[in-house]
Amino acid sequence: MERVPILKIGRTLFVSIQIDLQDDTVMRLQEDLADELAATGARGVIIDITGVEIVDSFIGRMLTTIGSVSRLFDAETVIVGMRPAVAITLTELGLTLSGVRTALNAEKGLEILNGRP
Amino acid sequence: MDVDTSKGRMAAYLRDHHDKVVGRWSELVAAGVRGRTSPDEMRRELDDLFSLIVRMLSDADDHAAGELRAALDELSRTRARDGYTPSETALNVFSLKEAVYELVADAAEMVPEYLVFSRMVDDLGLRTFETYSAAREQIISDQATTMLELSTPVVRLWDGIIAVPFVGTLDSVRTQLVMEKLLDSLVATGAGHAVIDITGVPTVDTEVAQHLLKTVSAARLLGAECTISGIRPQVAQTIVSLGIEFGDIATKATLADALSLALQQAGLKVVRA
Repeated sequence: MERVPILKIGRTLFVSIQIDLQDDTVMRLQEDLADELAATGARGVIIDITGVEIVDSFIGRMLTTIGSVSRLFDAETVIVGMRPAVAITLTELGLTLSGVRTALNAEKGLEILNGRP
Repeated sequence: MDVDTSKGRMAAYLRDHHDKVVGRWSELVAAGVRGRTSPDEMRRELDDLFSLIVRMLSDADDHAAGELRAALDELSRTRARDGYTPSETALNVFSLKEAVYELVADAAEMVPEYLVFSRMVDDLGLRTFETYSAAREQIISDQATTMLELSTPVVRLWDGIIAVPFVGTLDSVRTQLVMEKLLDSLVATGAGHAVIDITGVPTVDTEVAQHLLKTVSAARLLGAECTISGIRPQVAQTIVSLGIEFGDIATKATLADALSLALQQAGLKVVRA
């Protein structure tokens, strides 16, 4: 099974998804991320989905779930690099990703986490 | 008497009276076109058509029918583009019947032949009509495509602030196009703020509002904030009476107000020099 690597940079966890997401990969990522948050006490999570071209409602819910889980560890989640086509699909599915922040790119995502507008 | 013999006899008859029929036909058509095509040009067109009709009647060769259809299609398309009405175009063909009728009216023995001929001209006339409508529909769809391309500019107002003026009625197809263009521009320019200006949208109903809300939530998913500007008083009245809620989306009366809000959110301040 493929695993998505989680990088720790300062007090931020950085997840870059560059593979086609299967359901079990997603479940594994959620577990790994929760473990990592508990172990490191990170204050923010950045999920880069530049490489994700296809989404469905399951992945949409996964992003929201990660947001809620992170919140329990007092960490804020920022989704960065969403493709326009993906945004349109999520909107058509009626998913607004409540509970997570979004940013155009990783740099802007870091600015949000560091409290700079 | 069978149909084929009638056709043959009619063809021979028409060939003998070629100049007379074409002359009268041109006169009748000329009365209808009111000088939009020069008499010589028209006479040439009709002369060609007439020769083809005679060839087809006499079954001289297999190509005549195809050539005749092609010539008629071309004629109808030209007429459609030049702005002739459908009846004017159809009369082009139908007046041939009148021209021939005037000729055979005195010759009682030609009546069966004339009936066969008349049915053929009717078919040709209907074909003209069909081609004419097809050509008009083509023109309309071309214009719609041009309008789609025209109506979706994305302008950069400031570093990190872009504006999308919506012009015309928003339907699903156009909204989809505008939405894609807006999102692509947000990604390409890295802009964090977009102003959607609806000054050019004549009416806002629940469907249009739904499209606007979708566009804004898609932009939010990318991490960009949207402001809707250019809401005219009547439009505001309609929105309220329809009970449309824009929720937490900022709305402003003018593009200038929206720009100043965007600047403020970007932490910028405009001061007098």
